[in-house]
Amino acid sequence: MSDVATAAPLNPASATPENIVEVRNISKFYGSVHALDKINLSFPKGQMTTLLGPSGCGKTTLLKIIAGLLEPSDGEVLINGKVVNGPGPERAFVFQDFALLPWATVLRNVAFGMELAKVPKAEREDKARHYINEVGLSGFEDKYPHELSGGMRQRVGLARAMVVKADVLLMDEPFSAVDEQNRRKFQEDLLHLLAAENKTVIFVTHSIEEAVYVSDQIVLLSPRPGQIHSIIRPEISRDTSPDDIRRDKKYLDAVENIWTDLRKYLD
Amino acid sequence: MRLFGFQIPPVFSLLFWIALWEIAGQYELAFILPPFSDVVSELFILIQRADFQDAAMLTFRAFVIGMAISIVLGIFIGFAMGSSRMANSVLGMWVNIFASAPLSSLVPILMLLFGLGQTTIIVTVVLFSTWIIALDTYAGVNHISPSMSEMGRSFGATRRQLLTKVLFWAALPEILAGVRMGLIRAVKGIVIGQLLVSVVALGRLFRTFSDNFQFEQFWALTIILFIFALTFSSAIGWLENKVEYYANTRG
Ligand SMILES: Nc1ncnc2c1ncn2[C@@H]1O[C@H](COP(=O)(O)OP(=O)(O)OP(=O)(O)O)[C@@H](O)[C@H]1O
Ligand SMILES: [Mg+2]
Repeated sequence: MSDVATAAPLNPASATPENIVEVRNISKFYGSVHALDKINLSFPKGQMTTLLGPSGCGKTTLLKIIAGLLEPSDGEVLINGKVVNGPGPERAFVFQDFALLPWATVLRNVAFGMELAKVPKAEREDKARHYINEVGLSGFEDKYPHELSGGMRQRVGLARAMVVKADVLLMDEPFSAVDEQNRRKFQEDLLHLLAAENKTVIFVTHSIEEAVYVSDQIVLLSPRPGQIHSIIRPEISRDTSPDDIRRDKKYLDAVENIWTDLRKYLD
Repeated sequence: MRLFGFQIPPVFSLLFWIALWEIAGQYELAFILPPFSDVVSELFILIQRADFQDAAMLTFRAFVIGMAISIVLGIFIGFAMGSSRMANSVLGMWVNIFASAPLSSLVPILMLLFGLGQTTIIVTVVLFSTWIIALDTYAGVNHISPSMSEMGRSFGATRRQLLTKVLFWAALPEILAGVRMGLIRAVKGIVIGQLLVSVVALGRLFRTFSDNFQFEQFWALTIILFIFALTFSSAIGWLENKVEYYANTRG
């Protein structure tokens, strides 16, 4: 099914959208390790922003600070214009290692956020079933995580984050434990799903191709201490099929430019 | 060894030793060792005696109360050690000392402190089993991937929810292993303690039997205690198996 991915563009041609997340002057030290240095970033509402950079440059650190899971050493995070100091219902996290409850079924895992919020069981399971279906896992509601493949487990993690209706999705290398073929399918499904929901996504990845394929905005970070090297907007039209996108000149140029930028950090 | 396609070595070796015991008993090789068949028939008489039933009830109740206390206490200490560096440095050394110290010698002192009633049994059980439960719980808590609690926090879990809905279950395989070890230690503590003290409950029966050279009864009582300990520990072993599948799949 390739028509799944001929999704509407995530960046409608509207004028400058408001910024739902703003990062102001964030620095982070782990003891004497200087991980992030004065990061200033804006994340437009309804768009997908990717954090890309060499290993250890602070991508995960920045994402967890935005999630409220880590305290910055300096600076602040604003959500909808308000400073936040901790996790909140406007943000949901998708974990690199899935972080599913191994003793709970797919259904309970997906509904877990609502279970914590004390939503009545029937109501939360209803909603969970809807998203289990959306991520393509219907029929697996009563399975346990260890009965699923890596790709399926991450679909559970995605459904769990979607179902709590947070405006902002934070994803730390969500596809890194998924094999190449399933990864492409998953990327396409993700774009399709997000287009229908008008989510703002902040996405960490190591893969330049993945970043260009899924993003409206790519933030390139330089090595430690992490600083913003550049911000790239690929401006790729997503009206065509996934294969056409991957042959698009803009797509190929963007991949090439980012590669040229990143390769100098490898020496 | 296989017989008719069944794997039966544990049963077989048990039968072997029982046969050896029976033969030794029949030939009166050692006067403390009456024939196994006599012990078994004595066992059935014993479990119908009122004084045995009273003593067994008393010991059993004290044992269950003691285990309940050490499970709660051990899990609490283990979680405290696992979640606070300070608690770990304050408690860790003592827990380790108590978990490996030869505690049997303390039982007579406990008797002096707590008298000859149920309290002594309860304290003995707590003293023998709490520390290993605490150590295993601590190992379990340390084993939890940091992303587990981050997941809980990011979906808005309160501290209490994080403990009761995520961390406790994530550490459960290790906690159960600790409870089983604690239980075995507690039974040992009770048996040794009661033999040393021999005034409380079953211990008094033990002393009566051995003083009067009633070795059939003595061995019958020992076998009952063993069966009791084995039943308990395999019940927990069964629970452990049920949760094991997720112990291996934790991310
Ligand atoms: N808890 C910690 N204590 C000390 N140093 C840390 C800690 N977490 C991260 N660091 C250091 O901070 C820097 C940034 O780490 P971070 O995990 O954010 O990088 P990353 O860009 O996500 O790397 P990767 O691409 O490998 O996932 C690294 O040098 C790392 O060693
Ligand atoms: Mg990372």
